[in-house]
Amino acid sequence: MTAHVTQMKTAAETALAAEFVAAKAALPGTAAVGALRESAFAVIAEKGLPHRRVEHWHYTDLRSAMRDAKPLAGLPDAAALAAAKAAIVPHARPGLAKLVLLDGSFVPELSDLADLPQGVQVMPMAKALAEGNSEVIARLGALEVAQGDHALALNASFMSDGVVIVVAADAEVKAPLNLIHLRSNAATASFARSLVLVNAGAKFTLIEAYESTAGRAADVEAQLNDALEIVVGEGAEVEHVLLQQLPRATLALTTMTVDLAAQSAFNSFALVLGAGLSRRQLYVRYSGEHAKAGLRGASLLKDRQHADTTLIMDHAVPNGESRELFKHVLDGASTGVYQGKVIVRPHAQKTDGGMKSNALLLSDDATMNNKPELEIFADDVVCGHGATVGALDEDLLFYLMARGLPKAEAERLLIQAFVGEAIEFVSAEPLRDALNGHVDAWLSER
Amino acid sequence: MLEIKNLHVAIEDGSKKILNGLNLTVHNGEVAAIMGPNGSGKSTLSYVIAGKPDYEVLDGEILLDGRNILDLEPNERAAAGIFLAFQYPIEIPGVATMTFLKAALNAQLKEKGQDVLTTPEFMRRTFAAADKLEINRDMLKRALNVGFSGGEKKRMEILQMALLEPKICILDETDSGLDIDALRIVSEGVNALRSPDRGFLVITHYQRLLNHIVPDVVHVMNAGRIVKSGGKELALELEANGYRDYQTAA
Ligand SMILES: Nc1ncnc2c1ncn2[C@@H]1O[C@H](COP(=O)(O)OP(=O)(O)OP(=O)(O)O)[C@@H](O)[C@H]1O
Ligand SMILES: [Mg+2]
Repeated sequence: MTAHVTQMKTAAETALAAEFVAAKAALPGTAAVGALRESAFAVIAEKGLPHRRVEHWHYTDLRSAMRDAKPLAGLPDAAALAAAKAAIVPHARPGLAKLVLLDGSFVPELSDLADLPQGVQVMPMAKALAEGNSEVIARLGALEVAQGDHALALNASFMSDGVVIVVAADAEVKAPLNLIHLRSNAATASFARSLVLVNAGAKFTLIEAYESTAGRAADVEAQLNDALEIVVGEGAEVEHVLLQQLPRATLALTTMTVDLAAQSAFNSFALVLGAGLSRRQLYVRYSGEHAKAGLRGASLLKDRQHADTTLIMDHAVPNGESRELFKHVLDGASTGVYQGKVIVRPHAQKTDGGMKSNALLLSDDATMNNKPELEIFADDVVCGHGATVGALDEDLLFYLMARGLPKAEAERLLIQAFVGEAIEFVSAEPLRDALNGHVDAWLSER
Repeated sequence: MLEIKNLHVAIEDGSKKILNGLNLTVHNGEVAAIMGPNGSGKSTLSYVIAGKPDYEVLDGEILLDGRNILDLEPNERAAAGIFLAFQYPIEIPGVATMTFLKAALNAQLKEKGQDVLTTPEFMRRTFAAADKLEINRDMLKRALNVGFSGGEKKRMEILQMALLEPKICILDETDSGLDIDALRIVSEGVNALRSPDRGFLVITHYQRLLNHIVPDVVHVMNAGRIVKSGGKELALELEANGYRDYQTAA
């Protein structure tokens, strides 16, 4: 595997290299940021785009999926802004502040900067990079377990803008903050980079939405590669909820890294419904003891959709707790990928890890690739994993039908229950209801 | 009225024949008991009436009030008035009992072209039926049958039967797993549903259930057919002598 085979660069790889040379001077940032970009791009220049022989990317061959590299999205024009303004209308909720990114650029005029919850500060990432904000720059790509990651390296090379959210120590932020990632209907590539710093003792909820200003039917091939780094301070509690409804023509890579200080808690749930090809990468590092993290999600796919969830839980210290629960509902000729690795480092005694991945195949043409892994180097730990792939249970269906439910309704009830097991972990009831509503809508369209 | 004529049934893949020319009629207002040795095909008969897809009907008819129901989907049969209380009620994780009951009731009303129930009316009926069966309300909030004891599952079946008001009630070993008090409560629940326009097919191994739910006729089943029919005294005779007199025909 280590033998170096010089392979021909693909059109996309060639285009990325040319774009990097052409764009780097104009991308925001001080010399330090420039150096960071250079070393990040060196990873891509050397390794190329990840392909099926790269273990981590075995089931999602980005190199062959990316036939070309779209030009970088520039600053949004007036038409794109107008479309974005209309697209966020349904997101308006009294008392909920939103931050809007359009094609990777932060749009202050569509964001509720004046109405941020108490204890929350927001700064555009482009500004932080341009000003050389040392606290921000020090955090970029700092998570060891994520280093060398292709998607993250590509993001670091081209990152344009995003948001830096800082939550003050001990702030109890009741209202969630909405981070809305909009893609215009342009065949471009965007690279947003965001950072969330939650200081010690604070409580904070972040909701992310991914969608197109042209709706789910938008047909222009767009590429996005976003990264979000979350730093959870000592004793802080963070909840994260994500809803991805991008159009089928979109290729979406997103990476989330989480650094957990002692006694902190982090819970995430993601509902993936959109994009033709998507890959979510999650890297969690336990930096302090007695931290707890729960990563959960559901991907509902149909036709030829492909969705990959790949995560690493890095228990670097003792007494950490991790839970993962991922559900795939696969219809049509769709493909689901779950790769979950729990690493327990030699001194990370008393680690408590539990990982589950369950897939429901609704069609004979659907495929699920499940790869749960435990890498345990400590001897006093409790870790387990389970993975299941199967069709709807015929006996359950018969029972429900024997009570009068038509087949479609019986299936619906069972699928809702299957996905509901993961949604249940979202703490706020209105959010759970909204997520269940999206699942219902997906089921109605089957 | 349920009429079963010359029913021949095999497992779907054809590997095994289970029912061999079974004839049986359950009249309206009648309680018919079926007794028979393990493996004689009693549960299979109940599944085939309810429309379970694992079986292939090779020959024969099943008529409900003169209409052949063999081509109907299980849900259509349910709406037509067939109800099966399962020998082994199934656990359905993640589906709250109340949600399920409401969905079932409303689906049947819709299938019959009737208005669905309002939520308060549904709650009123459900709580009233649950109280009679001494099913506590916390149980109704839990996922259907998940973690229920054997007896609780059986009561839940009878609750569904009471709510759905079927024409033909098939009870497959509803007495198994019930303690003495539960047996009485469940039997009272069943007896309360007895009516001139409803028939019951009660599958059981033991006379003790028939002490509570007194049958009008008793059928003996062996090797996939009814081999003897008689009055309620037939059950007592079986209890005393076992099935040896009926097993030669197989
Ligand atoms: N789906 C199936 N696949 C394979 N064999 C089956 C299936 N269903 C029933 N059988 C077989 O058919 C026969 C009749 O089974 P059935 O469950 O109907 O008997 P029963 O009379 O209800 O028995 P018991 O008194 O033990 O409940 C048994 O030999 C059983 O193993
Ligand atoms: Mg049986």
